[in-house]
Amino acid sequence: MMTLLDIKNLDISLQTAMGPARAVRNLNITMEKGETLGIVGESGCGKSMTALALMGLLPENAQTTGEILLSGEDLLTKTEKDMCKIRGNRMAMIFQEPMTSLNPVYTVGRQIMEPLRLHRGLSKSEAYDEAVRLLDRVGIPNPSERVYNHPHQLSGGQRQRVMIALALSCSPDILIADEPTTALDVTIQAQILDLIHSLVTEEGMALILISHDLGVIAENTQKVMVMYGGTIVESGETDHIFSELTHPYTQGLFAAMPKLGMGRKKRLTTIPGTVPDLINLPQGCTFTDRCPLASGGCRETMPGLSDLGNGHTVICHNLEQAKDTRNGELYS
Amino acid sequence: MTRTVLEVNNLVRHYPLPKESLFAKPRFVHALNGVSFKIEEGQSFGIVGESGCGKSTLARNVMALEDTDSGSVKILGNEVVGKSFDEIRPLRKDFQMVFQDPYGSLDPHHTVGRIVAEPLAALEPLTKSETAERVAEVLDSVGLKPTDIQKYPHEFSGGQRQRIAIARALITRPALIVADEPVSALDVSVQAQVLNLLRDLQESHGVTYMFISHDLAVVEYLCDEVAVMYKGSIVEKGRTEDIFANATHPYTQTLLNAVPQPGTGRHQVR
Ligand SMILES: Nc1ncnc2c1ncn2[C@@H]1O[C@H](COP(=O)(O)OP(=O)(O)OP(=O)(O)O)[C@@H](O)[C@H]1O
Ligand SMILES: Nc1ncnc2c1ncn2[C@@H]1O[C@H](COP(=O)(O)OP(=O)(O)OP(=O)(O)O)[C@@H](O)[C@H]1O
Ligand SMILES: [Mg+2]
Ligand SMILES: [Mg+2]
Repeated sequence: MMTLLDIKNLDISLQTAMGPARAVRNLNITMEKGETLGIVGESGCGKSMTALALMGLLPENAQTTGEILLSGEDLLTKTEKDMCKIRGNRMAMIFQEPMTSLNPVYTVGRQIMEPLRLHRGLSKSEAYDEAVRLLDRVGIPNPSERVYNHPHQLSGGQRQRVMIALALSCSPDILIADEPTTALDVTIQAQILDLIHSLVTEEGMALILISHDLGVIAENTQKVMVMYGGTIVESGETDHIFSELTHPYTQGLFAAMPKLGMGRKKRLTTIPGTVPDLINLPQGCTFTDRCPLASGGCRETMPGLSDLGNGHTVICHNLEQAKDTRNGELYS
Repeated sequence: MTRTVLEVNNLVRHYPLPKESLFAKPRFVHALNGVSFKIEEGQSFGIVGESGCGKSTLARNVMALEDTDSGSVKILGNEVVGKSFDEIRPLRKDFQMVFQDPYGSLDPHHTVGRIVAEPLAALEPLTKSETAERVAEVLDSVGLKPTDIQKYPHEFSGGQRQRIAIARALITRPALIVADEPVSALDVSVQAQVLNLLRDLQESHGVTYMFISHDLAVVEYLCDEVAVMYKGSIVEKGRTEDIFANATHPYTQTLLNAVPQPGTGRHQVR
């Protein structure tokens, strides 16, 4: 059988006034039906760009190389018209910022009904009923009145849920959820993740879940990729990675997490420094400048991929040291 | 002597719901149903609650950004409810807001340098180089680069835009910052930087925060007191450690039990 999604050597660069910014480099992902993949990483590391590339929605100043194969067909060579069909039927995305994808001048009901009529051929009244049902499923109170609201009349979390309803309306084969629950409190978050989970188990939907909430990733994905500076630095089974944090960046990520019950006395641990400038990336490992384990060759040569077994891979020059500090205090 | 920076009394705000038909009776969303609380100088007051319970509405009304139905909001003793935009202008430098939706709150046609410098206009005039210095300093404190000053909002990631919004609120060093989900789009390492910064500013300048967040661990880290809102009302309020240790309201208990935890090997049982 053909692999559902196969991304090969994806590179994305963005033209800017100061030169090309290399937002994503050498990214590889494969996914089958019903699989779930989490993506975590530093703000600005290329998570949303990866998602937008899949959807064919990159900004105009973007250039891509590599392949994105959906059931064997390369999406990067498709026309906008073909992509439009694929977006409505096979792939859907929950965008990080609801207001960028909702149209402020139309009611939310109209925005949900339109694709239902276009892609699923529903009549106006069927589409209305379905829109109300979808709003109800994502927990919007008084859905039969709320369909007439404009986006600005909804709360942040309600807007996010409208967008989730919109993405789920076409029963996609692949759902890309970019920070889908950032604006939601934990109880509604649980309700939404339940809904997504049931589509994964019942309909075999594949899920790419981008989130900075490591708890959400842990509970909702089988595999996870950790990105830094546009590349994958560590990937594997979620349970595995979370119990054997290896890459120095992954270790830092966990160290920085505020934990319920730690109180107000302690300061949060941070990773010193900031992300590298995407226009002048170092030749070697992009984490070098912030890495407590960095040594001579790190900056100059790109580390190779090490396989730790069970599909757990890490890119790091100082792997043995990184393993030794796993439960240690690399950032204290 | 401590002084009260923000005092909210019996604040009410209702919105009409759209009608299903022309003849249906008008119905209302009770976004704020008589909310009262007080924040002393240098304290952080957290607000948590279900999506749609009225948190952002409260923030907008405290900041006098929309008409309030009734009640009172006093900032440093000055009533802001019912005041015109011009009457409030001189006060604006003392209170700043970080909006929940960073994208919508940043003007897409302006450079980041200009957006961040904008609140400085309410202060006594600064020279060009003073302004540039303040902008560079505040951007650095939220982990952005000097080269970012020339860029436009669309050239940033979600979390970077959120930091631009935070930098803009911090630049005048206001007495009160109302922050609506200010760190929701940040990965944990950048979030840690920003939260530490907010706490440092509190220690060095005595800044007061009204801090809306659905992340209970973040609230616990930053806030002295917390109020739990449910359907337009505050249902529980107190010192953060007390509320988290002995939540009495059922909604607060549900909230605390639903927090996902990494590393426990727990998968959602569905
Ligand atoms: N239109 C653009 N032109 C130039 N650079 C851009 C543009 N859009 C984004 N970038 C840059 O590309 C990088 C990757 O952005 P992306 O949105 O993928 O980050 P992200 O991983 O989703 O981060 P976050 O967690 O903050 O949302 C960022 O450093 C950003 O500054
Ligand atoms: N301009 C408006 N017109 C009509 N209803 C509105 C308007 N603004 C807000 N509401 C309604 O008021 C209620 C409270 O909204 P608010 O934005 O304050 O919620 P919130 O607690 O901030 O939620 P979230 O956590 O999802 O951001 C919601 O039901 C919302 O739909
Ligand atoms: Mg993003
Ligand atoms: Mg809100």
